[in-house]
Amino acid sequence: MSNRLDTRFEALSRSGRKALVPFITMGDPDPEWMVDILHALVKSGSDVLELGVPFSDPAADGPVIQMASERAISRGVTLRSVVDAVATFRCRDPDTPVVLMGYLNPIERYGYAAFARDAARAGVDGILTVDCPPEEMKALRDCLDEQGIYPIFLVAPTTTSARLRFIAGQARGYLYYVSFKGITGANSLDRASLAGPLGEIRSCSDLPLAVGFGIKTAEDAAAVADLADAVVIGSALVEQVRNAVSCDDACERVMGFLAPIRHAMDNRD
Amino acid sequence: MSSEADQTILTTSEPDESGHFGPYGGSYVAETLMHALDELKEAYGRWRQDEEFMARLDSDLTYYVGRPSPLYFARRLTELAGGARILLKREDLNHTGAHKINNTVGQALLAHYMGKSRVIAETGAGQHGVASATVAARLGQSCVVYMGEVDIHRQAINVFRMRLLGAEVRSVTSGSKTLKDALNEAMRDWVSNIDDTYYIIGTVAGPHPYPVMVRDFNAVVGREACRQMMEQYDTLPDALVACVGGGSNAMGLFHPFIEDAPVKMFGVEAAGRGLSSGQHAASLCAGRPGVLHGCRSYLMDDDAGQIMHTHSVSAGLDYPGVGPEHAWLKDSGRAEYVAVTDQEALEAFHRLTRLEGILPALESSHAVAYGMKLAAEMKADQTLLVNLSGRGDKDVQTVAELENISL
Repeated sequence: MSNRLDTRFEALSRSGRKALVPFITMGDPDPEWMVDILHALVKSGSDVLELGVPFSDPAADGPVIQMASERAISRGVTLRSVVDAVATFRCRDPDTPVVLMGYLNPIERYGYAAFARDAARAGVDGILTVDCPPEEMKALRDCLDEQGIYPIFLVAPTTTSARLRFIAGQARGYLYYVSFKGITGANSLDRASLAGPLGEIRSCSDLPLAVGFGIKTAEDAAAVADLADAVVIGSALVEQVRNAVSCDDACERVMGFLAPIRHAMDNRD
Repeated sequence: MSSEADQTILTTSEPDESGHFGPYGGSYVAETLMHALDELKEAYGRWRQDEEFMARLDSDLTYYVGRPSPLYFARRLTELAGGARILLKREDLNHTGAHKINNTVGQALLAHYMGKSRVIAETGAGQHGVASATVAARLGQSCVVYMGEVDIHRQAINVFRMRLLGAEVRSVTSGSKTLKDALNEAMRDWVSNIDDTYYIIGTVAGPHPYPVMVRDFNAVVGREACRQMMEQYDTLPDALVACVGGGSNAMGLFHPFIEDAPVKMFGVEAAGRGLSSGQHAASLCAGRPGVLHGCRSYLMDDDAGQIMHTHSVSAGLDYPGVGPEHAWLKDSGRAEYVAVTDQEALEAFHRLTRLEGILPALESSHAVAYGMKLAAEMKADQTLLVNLSGRGDKDVQTVAELENISL
């Protein structure tokens, strides 16, 4: 079974392009706009979509994603409705890889096997559960493997060399390096601190390497694109979308925000 | 009487190496914290076997906390209940007024030995926050306490106590603005300040090794109770009763008795406005297994897996999860978990105050309420031991408001 993540990263690698990976909190500010926003992300030059599944207790997230999650939950967004939105998105977009990012308890309640089956049917390619390290993932992993869905894992500045090798052995799709010790959206990117750890990760794994947390501007994105295969932009994008007054406005904001980032990533010296 | 012998950490049942009690426990945290947990596991494993560390801990428990706490025969309460003899383990007499200090003395000392200059804590009722601020003041550590906005209002006196002790109390306004949200915020702080910060979790929940460590530091309660029973009554108690929010006072009392099969154990959760009302905090009685705050255990969530807002008159029990070892004791049948309403707890609060001249915390009042019910079903020659986990001075404002009395 081929996974869209592999296909996409192979194509990017052949063309020498770096992946733009936007993160949005699904259902914020209006659940009705979810699918249109996903298409707008793709139209803006995104290569992989990370879709945040809102959770009531997002302990690894900063205020922007916390508030977006609270708003989405209050408007009835659930893991199930996110999976449904992916299925609808897939009717018009068969190729763009989709990764669901969130916390474990909604998947617990859905049931591992049922979730993996429904997510695969909807066209989900990867799952990133922030609060589930590979050590605790075995049962879920079995269900995901059966459906060809990749588990995506984080590597942090605090990850030791031994642990990095362990995670690299477990990971599929891509490895996601968290650029600083902190919560989403908190600090600014410290570009100088990236080269060392990224080099070490490269020496342990052939998987594409994404960097996220703290990337806010086109300049940041271009700098990260020099070192990594994929650039993840989350809180800064969520902040743009949340103030939209209509679906069209939300899509325009997405495109207006991502266009210069895409441009900067593609036109590095 | 050798109190110090009781204070050495001994354990009778252990989880597996990665902190699993059967299917419960474990380490469900973001990658950035994994290394910090490994460091903590290693440090705790090392210092708990270090003579100097343990001697210092024992000495602090004796001369600073004021241990051992008495085992007190509540004669008039026993007469009213009309059954088994009711004994109270007087954790309310500890320095700062609750069992919480047993744990914070241990963890702050560990932080000190690990070279961490800053400690953070979450708090619900404020007891753990006060206990953390207290030990931090004594060790010269800077201390930040996260507390839900709702709890800050209902526990104003404890907030002021923490500030007097030099701690910074940060109001948490996300989610339900109570203990669970304070825990989220403390986790976020820890992730962001991992190099110099030690997170003092106040209950037997959270990722491994916290459930084991917090239990071990509180197990002094159970060891003392066991010895005092033998000294004062020459027998073990027939039943133990303790309130359960996260479950640290109950786990501390229960743990040394786990292998004494004839000793029955009862954990008392907060039934709030009644289990059928949905407005309660009884995760073991009315919840189901899931993952929250770093561990797998029973919790209260909706069908989409979102954690629910809980309700209890007592801020310290107002938490939607519970320690994983309790989940394991429940499933294995070794302990039984029951729930007591706000109303029943308030009645017990007044009963104990008027009959024994002891003002219990609203948390502990839940244990007293169930203890009286249970004693009535037991024989007069039997003994029931209630953990009086904290004193009620912090709750007088709440009780007055509930009874429309302006102070």
